[in-house]
Amino acid sequence: MRKLLFAVLALCSLAANAVNLRWAAQNDILTLDPHSQNHATTHSILQYTYEGLTRYTKDYKIEPALATSWKQLSDTVWRFELRKGVKFHDGSPFTADDVVFSFGRIKQPQGTNQVYVTGVNEVKKIDDYTVEFVLAGPTPILLRNIVDFRIMSRGWAEKNRSQNVQDYAKKEEIFASRNTNGTGPYIIKSWEPDKQIVLTVNKGWWGKLDGNVTDVVYTPIKSDQTRMSALLSGDVDLVTDVPTQDVDRLRKDGKLKVLDGHEVRTIFIGMDQNRDELQYSNVKGKNPFKDVRVRKAMNMAVDREAIRRVTMRGLSIPAGIMIAPGVHGYSKQIDIVQKYDPAGAKKLLAEAGYPDGFEFTLDCPNNRYVNDEKICQALVAMWAKAGIRARLNSMPFANFIPKILKFDTSAYMLGWGVATFDGLYTLQSLVRTKTTGADGSFNLGRISNPKLDNTIDAIKIATDPKARDALLKEGLETTRDEAYYVPLHHQMRPWVMKKGVSISYSPDDRPQARFATVK
Amino acid sequence: MLLRRLWDHDLAWSFRRSPVTVVAALLTLVCVGGAALAPWLAPQDPFNMAGLDLNNAFLPPAWSESGRAAFFLGTDNQGRDILSTIMHGARVSLVVGLASVLLAMFLGVSLGLISGYFGGRIDAFIMRVADIQLSFPAILIALLIDGVTRIALSAEAHDATAIAVLVVSIGLSKWVDYARTVRGSTLVEKNREYVQAARVIGRRPLAILLSHVLPNVMGPVLVIATINIGIAIITEATLSFLGVGVPATTPSLGTLIRVGNEFLYSGEWWITVFPGAALVVLVLSVNLLGDWLRDALNPKLR
Repeated sequence: MRKLLFAVLALCSLAANAVNLRWAAQNDILTLDPHSQNHATTHSILQYTYEGLTRYTKDYKIEPALATSWKQLSDTVWRFELRKGVKFHDGSPFTADDVVFSFGRIKQPQGTNQVYVTGVNEVKKIDDYTVEFVLAGPTPILLRNIVDFRIMSRGWAEKNRSQNVQDYAKKEEIFASRNTNGTGPYIIKSWEPDKQIVLTVNKGWWGKLDGNVTDVVYTPIKSDQTRMSALLSGDVDLVTDVPTQDVDRLRKDGKLKVLDGHEVRTIFIGMDQNRDELQYSNVKGKNPFKDVRVRKAMNMAVDREAIRRVTMRGLSIPAGIMIAPGVHGYSKQIDIVQKYDPAGAKKLLAEAGYPDGFEFTLDCPNNRYVNDEKICQALVAMWAKAGIRARLNSMPFANFIPKILKFDTSAYMLGWGVATFDGLYTLQSLVRTKTTGADGSFNLGRISNPKLDNTIDAIKIATDPKARDALLKEGLETTRDEAYYVPLHHQMRPWVMKKGVSISYSPDDRPQARFATVK
Repeated sequence: MLLRRLWDHDLAWSFRRSPVTVVAALLTLVCVGGAALAPWLAPQDPFNMAGLDLNNAFLPPAWSESGRAAFFLGTDNQGRDILSTIMHGARVSLVVGLASVLLAMFLGVSLGLISGYFGGRIDAFIMRVADIQLSFPAILIALLIDGVTRIALSAEAHDATAIAVLVVSIGLSKWVDYARTVRGSTLVEKNREYVQAARVIGRRPLAILLSHVLPNVMGPVLVIATINIGIAIITEATLSFLGVGVPATTPSLGTLIRVGNEFLYSGEWWITVFPGAALVVLVLSVNLLGDWLRDALNPKLR
C-alpha cells in the first residue's frame, strides 16, 4: 500500500505543478454509479466527478452549477436555464437531454437515491438548454433536494449499455458502476476497491477551483490505529474519520491541525410504539413504550453530560431535539436538554405501573456512528440504575439496518443526518406516520400522531417562510414533549490534517478538494 | 502414606530441585485460582450493568496520582475495574485453552492409535490427511472454521456459540501433533510380547488398544498437552485480538487487549498493558511447567 502510494506520488511529481491531496477515511465507496446508492462516502467521492443542477457554497447556501438560473413559473412548475458550453469528461456536450435521461434513471426502483427528486413528477425538455420540473405539489426546498441529483451523459450511458441503474442489492456490475463520465472538477482515473481511488483535475471544467489541488488520492483505511499512523507518518494529508479519544493528543502535535466542526447528524434511541405487546421483553400483554411516562423516564435516566465528557471526550453537543445546529428550524430555545434525574425516572416508571422496571433488547450498530457501541453500553448501565434492564444486541450496520427496517426491534440506536439542511427532512422521515415513499421512511418505531401528521404535511406545502418556521417549531416541540425519541447528542466530527493543508469544513462530512489548498 | 509416596516420587523430587518450576507452578496456581474463583474474589462484577458508573471511566492504576484504591489496576472506558475484567477474562481464556487441548488430544490419540495399530491403507490415509493439515498454519485453519460458521450462523447465534467455535477450530488445528507421536509409539508397542499375548488369548482390538497400548503411549502425550495449553491460549488471544474470537460481551484476555489497544495512543495504557501482562505470565508459567515435565519424563535426560 505504501509502495503504491509512493509510486503514485513519484508519477504525479513528474507532472508540472502537481499538487496532491492524499485523504484517508474509514469506508470505501460502494459503486461509481451516481444513481445507485444513497451512501455518504459514495456521494462524497462522486460529487467530485458528477454534478447536479445546483450545488452548495462553502457556507452551504445554494448556488448555480449545471443550471445557471431558475424561475418558478407556478407553485408546481420550475424552469431551469442550463449552462452552455459544458463538456462531459469524454468531450461530449451537456444538454437538456442528459437531465431528462438522468431523471428517468434516478427514479428507477433498484436505486436508493429517489429521495433527491422527491415530489418531482416530470422533467420536460423545452429546448437544448432549458428544462422544466413539474412537481406534485409546492416544494419549497427543491433546490436543496436536487444537489445530489447528479447528471449523467445520455449518449455515453446508451453507448455503454448503462441506461439502467446498477442493481447493487443483486450484486450487479455494469459499465457505469466501474467507469465514470461526469462534468465535475475532477476525473476518477482509477478505483481499486478497498485500496484507493485516484482522481485528477478536469482541465476543461467550466468552473474555477477555489484551491490548488490537482490530484486527489483517497485511501479507505478500516482500522482506526492504522489510519492515524498513516497521518502521523506523513503517508496521508487529511483524515476525516478521527477516533474521538485521539483528538486531544493530535491537537498538541505541532505538525498537524485539527479542524473542528459538527456534523448535521443527531444520534438517538428509537422505541417500538406500535405493537400491543413489546417484543424481546419480560412485559406481557402491553407495551411500556406506548406510555409517554415510560418514554420520559427513558429520557431522564440518560446522563448526556457524562457521555459527552467520557465517551465522546467533549466531541458532542447534548441534544434535546431531533435536529442539529445548522439545520433550518434549529434554535437554542427549543433544544432543551433533558436533565439527568434517575430518581425522577424511577418515580415516573412506578406511576406508569412498572415499579420494578422492565426488560427489553437494545439493537445497536457497532461500526456506523462515532463510538456507537460504547454509547449503547453506557446507556445500558445508566438505564439499569433506574431499573430499566436493557440487553445490548450490537452488530455491524450491514446486519443492523435490514433488521430494524423490518421493525424487528423493541428499541434501537440510529443517527439521522440532514442532507437538505432543513428540519422537514427529519420530521417527515422519522415522525410522520408511515405511508409509502418518503413519509415515515425511517419511522421504525411506527409513531403515529394524526395532529402531528397534519403539521408536517402543512410544512411540505407552506410557502410563507414565517408560517413555515412556526410549523417546524411546533413539530419539533411536540416530538420533544411527547418523548417520541430519546435524543442523545449532535455528533461532532473534527478533521485532522497536515499543517500545510487548508480546506473548509463541511457539516455533511464531505471534504471538497476544489476548496482545498495544499502547501 | 499416599502423601509420603508422592513426596518420594521421582517427579516430585525433580520438581523440588528446580526453583523455576516451583515459581511457575505457583504462578499458574494463582492465575487458575484467580480465574476459577473470579465471581467470588473479583472486587467488582464487570457484567452487572447497574454497578457500572461512566464517571469512573478511564481511572489510572491506584498508585498513580489520580488513581483510586478501589480500582487497583485502573478502569476501562465504561468504568469497569481492570483487575476484575482480567480475572473474568482469564476464565474464558483458560476454558478455551483446556477444552481445545482436550479435544485435540482426544482426536489425535484416537487417530494415532488406529493408524499405528492397524497400519496399511488406514494408516496411509490418516497420515496423508495429517500431512495436508500440517501444511496449513494453525491460525489459518482457525480463521477458516470461524469464517465458515460466521456465514452459516446468524450474528446472535455466532456470538452465543463463539467459545465452542473457538474450541473446535483450535482443537482441529492441533490434533496432528498427538496423532504422529501416538502412532510412532503404537508402532513400537504393538510388537511387544504383552500385546502379542493379548492377541493370542483373543482380546478384541479395541480392548487391546484401550487397556494395553494406550497407558504405555500416554507419557509423551501429557508433555505435548501441557505445552499445547500455552499455545492454545495464545491462539485464542490472537483470534480474539483479530476480532474473530469471543465477543466483547464475554471478553477473554485477547478481547481485552484488542479493546484496550484503541486507547494506547490517547495515553490510557493500562487498559491494554495489564491484560497483556496477565497473558504473558499465564502462558509463560504454563510453558515452563510443560518444559519441566518433558525433561523429567525423558529417560535419556535422567
